[in-house]
Amino acid sequence: MSLLDREVPGVVMTPDNIRSRTLPVAVNLGIAVGAFVVAAAIVLGAGIGNWVLVVVLGAVFYLVGLNVVAGRIEGRRAARNRAMKALIYSACVLAILPLASVVWTLVSKGVARLDGNFFGTSMNNIGARDPEGGAYHAIIGTLEQVGIATLMSVPLGVLGAIYLVEYGRGKFAGTVRFFVDVMTGIPSIVAGLFILSFWVLIVSPWFNDGQPRFSGFAAALALAVLMLPTIVRSTEEMLRLVPGPLREGSYALGVPQWKTILSVVLPTALPGIVTGVMLAVARAAGETAPVLLVAGGAAAINFDPFAGNQQSLSLFVYQQAGDASRYAPDRAWTAALTLVALVLILTVAAKLLARRNKLSR
Amino acid sequence: MGDYPSRSVNATAGDLGVTPRHARGAGSGASPSNFDEPPRGGGGALPKKARFSIEAGFRGLSTASGAMVLVIIVAIAVFLISKAIPALQANTGNFLTQFEWRPNEAQPSFGIAALAFGTVLSSVIALIVAVPIALSIALFLSHYAPKRLATPLGFVIDLLAAVPSVVFGLWGRDVFQEPVRDFSIWLNKYFSWIPLFGGDGPFGQSVLLGGLVLAIMVLPIVTSLSREVFQQTPGMNEEAALALGATRWEMIRTAVLPYGKPGVIAAVMLGLGRALGETIALALTLSVAFNISFNLIENGGNSVAANIANSFAEANDTGRGALIASGLVLFAITLVVNMTARAIIYRRREFRDSAA
Repeated sequence: MSLLDREVPGVVMTPDNIRSRTLPVAVNLGIAVGAFVVAAAIVLGAGIGNWVLVVVLGAVFYLVGLNVVAGRIEGRRAARNRAMKALIYSACVLAILPLASVVWTLVSKGVARLDGNFFGTSMNNIGARDPEGGAYHAIIGTLEQVGIATLMSVPLGVLGAIYLVEYGRGKFAGTVRFFVDVMTGIPSIVAGLFILSFWVLIVSPWFNDGQPRFSGFAAALALAVLMLPTIVRSTEEMLRLVPGPLREGSYALGVPQWKTILSVVLPTALPGIVTGVMLAVARAAGETAPVLLVAGGAAAINFDPFAGNQQSLSLFVYQQAGDASRYAPDRAWTAALTLVALVLILTVAAKLLARRNKLSR
Repeated sequence: MGDYPSRSVNATAGDLGVTPRHARGAGSGASPSNFDEPPRGGGGALPKKARFSIEAGFRGLSTASGAMVLVIIVAIAVFLISKAIPALQANTGNFLTQFEWRPNEAQPSFGIAALAFGTVLSSVIALIVAVPIALSIALFLSHYAPKRLATPLGFVIDLLAAVPSVVFGLWGRDVFQEPVRDFSIWLNKYFSWIPLFGGDGPFGQSVLLGGLVLAIMVLPIVTSLSREVFQQTPGMNEEAALALGATRWEMIRTAVLPYGKPGVIAAVMLGLGRALGETIALALTLSVAFNISFNLIENGGNSVAANIANSFAEANDTGRGALIASGLVLFAITLVVNMTARAIIYRRREFRDSAA
C-alpha cells in the first residue's frame, strides 16, 4: 500500500486546508479603519496633537494590528513579510511628499513675477521699495559662466576618459580613476575656495594692477573643476561600451590608434558623451557657493566675463532670499523656477537622449 | 618567381634569432653595411616608429589630461594651505578648540570646534532620517514595484538629485519651516525632559530643519546607488531563497541585503560626504550660533560650509584666510570620507563599473 492511499485519521483534505490561508482584504481594510479611529480618539480625546499625529499614530497602529492579525491567520513569517512590505510602500509615499511640496511651491510662488519685465531688466537702481527688477543680468552670467566652464572641462574630460580607456594601464591609471571618483565628492564650496585662493587672490592681480578682482571667468574655472570628474566618469563609461571589434577593424586597415579613437571610437560613443556633458552642465548651472566666492554677484548687467563682478541665476536666488525688501521673495521664487526649469529641461533632454542611444543598456 | 630575387634572405617572418644577420624582425629591409644606420628600402609594410609622431603627441595629451585630475586635487590642497597659514599664524586663539569666530578684529581669534560640531550634527540627523527611507525606496524600485512604476519613479528620484541646493534651501526656509516649527513646539511640550528637545524657544530655524532639508538632498544619491547595487544581486541567489520557501522579505534579508552590504555602506558614506559639504541649503535654513549644543529644535546651529557662505562678504584678509582654513578642514574630512567609500566600492569589482 503506497503512501498516497493511506488515510490519515482525522484529516480531510479540502481546498481550504491544502493551501496556506491568506488574510482577506476586508479584514485588512477593517484593521486600517479601526487603527485610524482609535488614533483619532486617543489624539483628539486627550488633546495632544492635530491631524498629523492622527495619521502617524494611525499608521503605527495599523502596522502593529496588521502584524498581530496576520500573525494569527497566516503565521509569523508571512506577517513579517506583510509588515515590511507596508513599511517599504509607506517610505515611498513619505519621500514623494517633500518633492510634491517643492514642485507645488515653485510653481505657485514662481508665477508671481513670471513676466517680460523679469527677463528683460537687471537689478540696477532697484531700491528696496521698487517692485520691478529682474534676472536678465543673472541669466547672462549663468550662460557665460557655464558656457566657458563647458568649453574648458569637456576637452579635458573627454581626453582624460580616452586616457583611462585606451591608453591607461597599470597603477597610474588605477590611481587616476580612483581620484576621479573621489573628486566627484569634493564639496562645491571647496572648489570655490580653491579658485579664490588660486585665481582671484594670486593670478588675477597680475592683470589688474595688483588688485585682486572677482570675475565670471573665475566662476567658470570653479565650475569646470566641479564638472571635470563627472564628464570623465560618464565619458569613460560610454567609451567602454564601444565594441572592441570596431577598434580592431580599424587597426586592421592600418589606421593608427589616435585616428581610430578620433574617427571611430568617439563618433560611436558621441550620444552618450553628450548626455553626460548635459548632466554635468545641469549640475554646474545650479551651483551657488563657488559663484558667491569668486564672481561676487552684481546688480548690473556685465557682459565681460573677464572683468568685474558677475551675477548668476542661483546666486541671484540666494541674494534675493536674504534681501529684506518685501518684493525680494517673489523675485527669488521666480528665479528659482527659471533655474529649475533650465536644469530640468537639460536633465530630461539628456535622459531622453540616453534612452535613444543604442550603446547603453 | 625566378625573375625576382628572393627577399626571404634578408627578411624573416619574425625574430628567429638564428644568426645576428637575421636577428631583426620583419620590416628591417635590406641590411645596411653598418647597423648604426637606419635600414635602406622596405622589407615589410610596417612604418618606422618615429620619435615625434601624432600618435605619441595624442597619447601624451590624453595622459596629461588624465593626470590633470591628480594635479587639481594636489593644487587644491597646496593653495588652500598657502592661504590658510598666514591667518592661522595671526590667530590668537586655538584653531581646533575655540568656539568663537572673530577673525576680522585687530586680535583675530577663531576656532573651528563649534562649526565642525554643527556640521557633523546636521549630517548625522540627515543620514538617520534619509538612510532607512532611501533603502526602502531602493528596495521598492528593485524588488517590489512593477516595471511600469519603477522606471518613472526612478526617473523622478534622479530629477530630485538634479534640483539645485539653493532651491531646497529656499523651500526649507519659506515653506518647510512652518511644519517643523509646529513639530518642534509639540516635541518641546511633551518631550522637553529629553535634553535634545528642551529649551524655551524660539523654535524653527534649527538644526532639525537643516538636517531634514539635508536628508531630502542626500536621499536621491543613497537611493540611486543602492538601487543599482540591489539590482545586481545574482538572480540565482534570489531564486534559491524563494525555492526554499522564503517569503519575499526573507529573500531580501538573506540574499539581497548581504550581497549589497558593501555597496550600501559606500552609498551611505557618499551621502555623508555630500551632507558634510552642503553649503547654501544650510546657510538659508540655520540661524547662526557659535556654540556646541545638542538641542535640536531651538534656533541655532551652524556648519563649516554655511559659515563660509555667510561670513565671506564681510571678511577682511585674515577673515578670508580663516575661512579658507576652515574650508581646508572640510576638504580633508570629505576627502577621507569619499576615499573610504570608493575604496569599499573598489574592493567589489562588480560594483565598480556601475556605481556612479
